[in-house]
Amino acid sequence: MTTAAEPEAEERLRAAFEATIARNDRIEPRDWMPDAYRRTLVRQIAQHAHSEIIGMQPEGEWIGRAPSLRRKAILLAKVQDEAGHGLYLYSACETLGVSRAELTGLLLAGKQKYSSIFNYPTLSYADVGTIGWLVDGAAICNQVPLCRTSYGPYGRAMIRICKEESFHQRQGYELLMTMMRGTDAQRAMVQESVDRFWWPALMMFGPPDAESTNSARSMAWGVKRNSNDELRQRFVDMTVPQADALGVTLPDPDLRWNDERGHHDFGEPDWAEFAAVVRGDGPCNAQRLRHRQAAHDDGAWVREAASAFASRSAQAGAR
Amino acid sequence: MSDEHGGIFDGLIGAESAQWAFGTDFEDPLAGVDTTVPDGVDHTELAEYCLMLGDDALIMSQRLTEWCSRAPDLEEDIALANIALDLLGQARLLLARAAAADPGLLPALPEGSPVPAEDALAFFRDAGQFRNVRLAEVANGDFGHVVVRLLLFSVARLALLERLRASSDTVLAAVAAKGVKEVTYHRDWAARWFLTLAQGTEESCHRVVTALSALWPLQPELVATHPVELSLARAGVGVDPATTRGEVDAVLDQVLAVSGVARPDHPPLEGGGRTGTHTEDFADLLAEMQMVARAHPSGRW
Repeated sequence: MTTAAEPEAEERLRAAFEATIARNDRIEPRDWMPDAYRRTLVRQIAQHAHSEIIGMQPEGEWIGRAPSLRRKAILLAKVQDEAGHGLYLYSACETLGVSRAELTGLLLAGKQKYSSIFNYPTLSYADVGTIGWLVDGAAICNQVPLCRTSYGPYGRAMIRICKEESFHQRQGYELLMTMMRGTDAQRAMVQESVDRFWWPALMMFGPPDAESTNSARSMAWGVKRNSNDELRQRFVDMTVPQADALGVTLPDPDLRWNDERGHHDFGEPDWAEFAAVVRGDGPCNAQRLRHRQAAHDDGAWVREAASAFASRSAQAGAR
Repeated sequence: MSDEHGGIFDGLIGAESAQWAFGTDFEDPLAGVDTTVPDGVDHTELAEYCLMLGDDALIMSQRLTEWCSRAPDLEEDIALANIALDLLGQARLLLARAAAADPGLLPALPEGSPVPAEDALAFFRDAGQFRNVRLAEVANGDFGHVVVRLLLFSVARLALLERLRASSDTVLAAVAAKGVKEVTYHRDWAARWFLTLAQGTEESCHRVVTALSALWPLQPELVATHPVELSLARAGVGVDPATTRGEVDAVLDQVLAVSGVARPDHPPLEGGGRTGTHTEDFADLLAEMQMVARAHPSGRW
């Protein structure tokens, strides 16, 4: 806590904090931390938690229509995992002194964001596979470095989340592979889905480094470990051979291997579109928040009943 | 840019699926299980019996999945998904068993269609061919409705599965043994929420009592006897639901008593899902559930 410390004591605490960061050790909930570090973490972890919860919707739409019982089980378990990830991340945030209810309120009021990718619609069952392959794949690229993030509870949550995400990515890819072995209509469905999700997936790494407002300080604090552009490049290099193996074309005429750089060159995402979706003007922003708000409102009487029952039981227990 | 968790990126293409405990491409839920039908058991009766138990689980599961991302809190979202997954797992085994016992049940599909038997039954039958009770299929309501539906369903299913563990059919006995553990949790979840809502606030009590009144006429169907059930019970393969009635009533009475809710007195709804007579809601459920599969009868998923 920063509030009670005298100036000299605060200097000592700050030095200890900086030294922990420099050693690549973890900061734990009871350790002193600068207010700005705490705020940055709350913002980032909450945004991640909200993304998991809002991210249940686009795929959740297809559980009821899953075309095989095996796929229904896989998809339901995956969306359930996302709820679980939201739960660990809200818990990690609570170690920083912010409650889940407070964070949910900020999400619903539009004061905290979630990943823009979930503001794109899911239009076919192939999207379930594409989201697993490209969206979860991009999320893993972003998240694996966070397993080593400086804040302990966040890093530990991320280790478990990354393991599950990698399973989801594999399941998504396996669905697409299976569909590509199916009918012409199924192959066309896969290609159409990849065409829609490729650019939004690249945008998941955030704006180019030169325009990323929060990056520098997060890197210095060890909250973030790699730059947006580095991670985006890593994702493209990793994905191109997977697209070849799958037999789909990535919709970028500028995509080619650059021998000199030892990386793929690729085109520029439409950053104006990215800005619009972040601003709230994407295809599904309003729908996603409306859905979450409705679930929250519809559940209010249940949460009230549970609280009333718990306090009555506690009173009865005390007597 | 390598790091200790970088291994997570490896192996998406060209990897051995053996690294996953059961591989990744398994299709037959009964793979490796002895599916011989016991001597003296009528194959078509066994198949129809498996459809009854399997359709109950499948359709309950389908309704429960509609709650995904809509529950009052994350914990309940996860719990409802768990319950839906358990029932879906039971449904897959039972539908596969039905198809193996009587391949004549399978709906016609285009020649060479790779659709597996369990999916042919789930996605290509029409409403009249489903054998589930109507309690499983009626449209969802509020959270009180799902709690009551699951309470009535799981109290009856647990009593049935406990007895079915002694079935002379090894597949049914195994499904029941696994199902007892699962449905014990479902019943516990539903009973705890029933009590919580009944004793919570005035509003929650009103809502849960309203849901109980609405669903009560569908309860007797769970413990009514169909001739196939009676015949298979006599053969030592199935359970006559009427034999569970005493236990089912006692458990429900206990939950109602501790919750301070009176037992409703509505007469049973005529007709029944076991003979293929369903509700209007069921057509909507099937339209949603079957739309993608039916659009691609030769599809590979």
